[in-house]
Amino acid sequence: MKAFADLFTAIDQSTKTTIKVNALAEYFNAADDIDKLWTVALFSGRRPKRAVTTTRLREWGAEVAGIPLWLFEECYPVVGDLAETIALVLPPNQTTDNRPLSQWINDLREVYKADEDDKKAFVLDAWARLGGTERFIFNKLITGGMRVGVSQKLMTRALARATDRDEAELAHRLMGNWHPDDTTWHALIEAEDASADASRPYPFYLAYALEDGPEGLEDPADWRAEWKWDGIRGQLILRGGEHFVWSRGEELMTDRFPELARAVDYLPHGTVLDGELLVWHAGEAQPASFNTLQPRIGRKTVPKKLLKNAPVVLHAYDLLEWQGEDIRHLPFAKRRETLEQACKDLPEDAPVKLSPQLPFKTPQDLHAYRDTAREANAEGLMLKRADSPYLAGRKKGDWWKWKLAPLTIDAVMIYAQAGSGRRANLFTDYTFAVRDGDALVPFTKAYSGLTDKEFREITAWVRKNTLQRFGPVRQVTPHHVFEIAFEGIQASPRHKSGVALRFPRMLRWRHDKPMSEANTLDDLNEMLRIYG
Amino acid sequence: MSKQPVLTFTPEGIYCPAGDFFIDPWRRVDRALITHGHADHSRWGMGSYLATHEALPVMRHRLGEITAEGIAYGEQRQIGGALVSFHPAGHVPGSAQIRVEVAGEVWVASGDYKVIDDGLSTPFEPVRCHHFITESTFGLPVFHWQPQEVVAAQINDWWKGCIAAGKTALLGAYSLGKAQRLMSMLDPDLGPVLCHTAVENTNAVMREQGIQLPDTVLANKDVTAKTHPGAMVIAPPSALGSAWSKKFGPQETGFASGWMAMRGVRRRRAGDRGFIISDHADWDGLLWAIKQTEAENIYVTHGYTDIFARYLSENGWNAQVVPTQFEGESLDAKEDSGEVA
Repeated sequence: MKAFADLFTAIDQSTKTTIKVNALAEYFNAADDIDKLWTVALFSGRRPKRAVTTTRLREWGAEVAGIPLWLFEECYPVVGDLAETIALVLPPNQTTDNRPLSQWINDLREVYKADEDDKKAFVLDAWARLGGTERFIFNKLITGGMRVGVSQKLMTRALARATDRDEAELAHRLMGNWHPDDTTWHALIEAEDASADASRPYPFYLAYALEDGPEGLEDPADWRAEWKWDGIRGQLILRGGEHFVWSRGEELMTDRFPELARAVDYLPHGTVLDGELLVWHAGEAQPASFNTLQPRIGRKTVPKKLLKNAPVVLHAYDLLEWQGEDIRHLPFAKRRETLEQACKDLPEDAPVKLSPQLPFKTPQDLHAYRDTAREANAEGLMLKRADSPYLAGRKKGDWWKWKLAPLTIDAVMIYAQAGSGRRANLFTDYTFAVRDGDALVPFTKAYSGLTDKEFREITAWVRKNTLQRFGPVRQVTPHHVFEIAFEGIQASPRHKSGVALRFPRMLRWRHDKPMSEANTLDDLNEMLRIYG
Repeated sequence: MSKQPVLTFTPEGIYCPAGDFFIDPWRRVDRALITHGHADHSRWGMGSYLATHEALPVMRHRLGEITAEGIAYGEQRQIGGALVSFHPAGHVPGSAQIRVEVAGEVWVASGDYKVIDDGLSTPFEPVRCHHFITESTFGLPVFHWQPQEVVAAQINDWWKGCIAAGKTALLGAYSLGKAQRLMSMLDPDLGPVLCHTAVENTNAVMREQGIQLPDTVLANKDVTAKTHPGAMVIAPPSALGSAWSKKFGPQETGFASGWMAMRGVRRRRAGDRGFIISDHADWDGLLWAIKQTEAENIYVTHGYTDIFARYLSENGWNAQVVPTQFEGESLDAKEDSGEVA
């Protein structure tokens, strides 16, 4: 555990990529295969089966710490992480343990089957044995979410250095459905036949936001434009008689979108499409709004009625694999040409549609498209260089997203709550209200968009201006006005205000605006009428 | 009970009706008794000040011309109907708990305190009383301080690592108290210790009053990474990452505070390294201090007041939260006023 804890500490306490990559590469060079495998797994969000419920962990933690459970529960939101809270309340201990990470994981796997008393004995023994960071990591192995400042990109880079392999190839190998319980380091990283798993997706290519408009992109003839659809990014894989649908977050969504099963009837095997999952009603000229897609998100199985009311299609905009060949290295224009060929005979009711390209000559043409994006139920434009290969991850230069300006409203902050993790002990989560006569009607929460300095300033203010406390939530004197930006609005009977916003965030703190100039419930309803 | 309490909580601060004085007032009053020189306890504009002899030089340095009188630890003084004495709080050099006795009833306002000996401040002495006013900055059982020598070893190891990598180590710490404590924890054989003006000015005041501090160099414009390779720089947190800090060349930054116990805060604020060290009592320290006073009535201020008071109440004390105005001592709230716990 010590070696892994040292790695964790080195990564955790640094903000510099080079230091993190060095620490990882060093670890990958020294550790056993099984520990390396688990390290990659943990840092990419995989974890051992949960051997102990978090309820028990809390109870035992409080018991060993000699504090009442309510006090433990009060500490949790302050610290912001369960595993860390337990590690901190337990009596301090500086011991370390040399058993490797994989052995602890094995022991946890054994304990999974044991009865409650044995589980407790195991956990208490581990807490007594492990000090500091090791104790925290042990808890994390149980609770999951070993989030540390390691992106997939960074880990891949370190792996590439340690194994002397190509970074993009490694990124591809780490995608998809693997778990340390049913693979080996060799099979995952080194084996020649890496495509053994038919479901394995390609890493998604992600665009950066274009801040200044298309004027800065040199020759318009080198670029292609499409709508930036407002749905769920998805990769449809057709291989060996099966189909798989992956989300950008590497979640397998095949069962959630049963409509796509019929794709195998229209497209050959050995095909992988990149596109957007959208609700599209038969006979309509364009997709329905994101609001219609919302009920489908998070539903593991889809009731018939929903399937009928919100039918989903994949709007394909790129082709990554064709006739079993990985064609990501080809220029976009070439891939697009093949994609158009593949889609040209698709019938109207096929679950895959070709996402059209938008012809243009000048940046003004692009402005004109963007100005009508909302009517097309798109959230802006995508601009792609015609000769760009399909890269892995977020890369600058060849692909840009040029989004619509968000909708905005000026609102009054009425509740504040401390954040967790990096924002522990800082009031960062606010509830906002619009005016309705003399009353204030809460309508949204937001917790991003301000600088650390602004959050600190507000935190100091909240402490001095708390009217009432409801657990971790503080009602504050209504005073500060914030400009809230959001991507969409829809009617919602579950909310007091009658509306729900999509992706609300704080655009700026309006020091210049008194509360009396904040927007009203009527303003909000008017926006609902226009954009809802 | 119809008689007036010995100490009351007013919008101006803690007030003693029998002696007609305030303790650490935050508005202008005629007569102020000050526990210690930090800006949130020792404010400008009072008619007169009373503080320990050890605390006064720094107060004068910060507040300029003030009408102030010194008092020795343990010395008793009658102020109106109140018998007053100052007792070591162990928070920073010169810091005191203020004991107030009226007609046999004893109250202690402890200001800020810590119960471990930092080697610089006069160590905390428990004072028996009936009513005890306690801070609760770190009044949660997640805060457990390591012994000072453990943290000292961590800081020195970090410094050694910086030297080996050809970097300057910059450590952020509040200029009164924490900075001097940290410099006294450093291994003088490793390299030169450079201090930001704000820190060095306080050093000078303390040396003048006879407090032994290790040798330091004022990091004026002539002092750079070239003139002082392998140095440790001690500066207020706001100076880290500023234009001033650039002259130290390749560098790592560290931050020393009790808040560094939490990983989230550490990641947000620490720069390269966070060291867990505080001039406030940790959870066990607070409980130990309260037990030692033998007081039955506890007034909780500054920090996790509600939670700490509830815990005390469940464990047999008559505890209450002091109505605020007092609140606001998180790392982030304090920093903008220049104070760091």
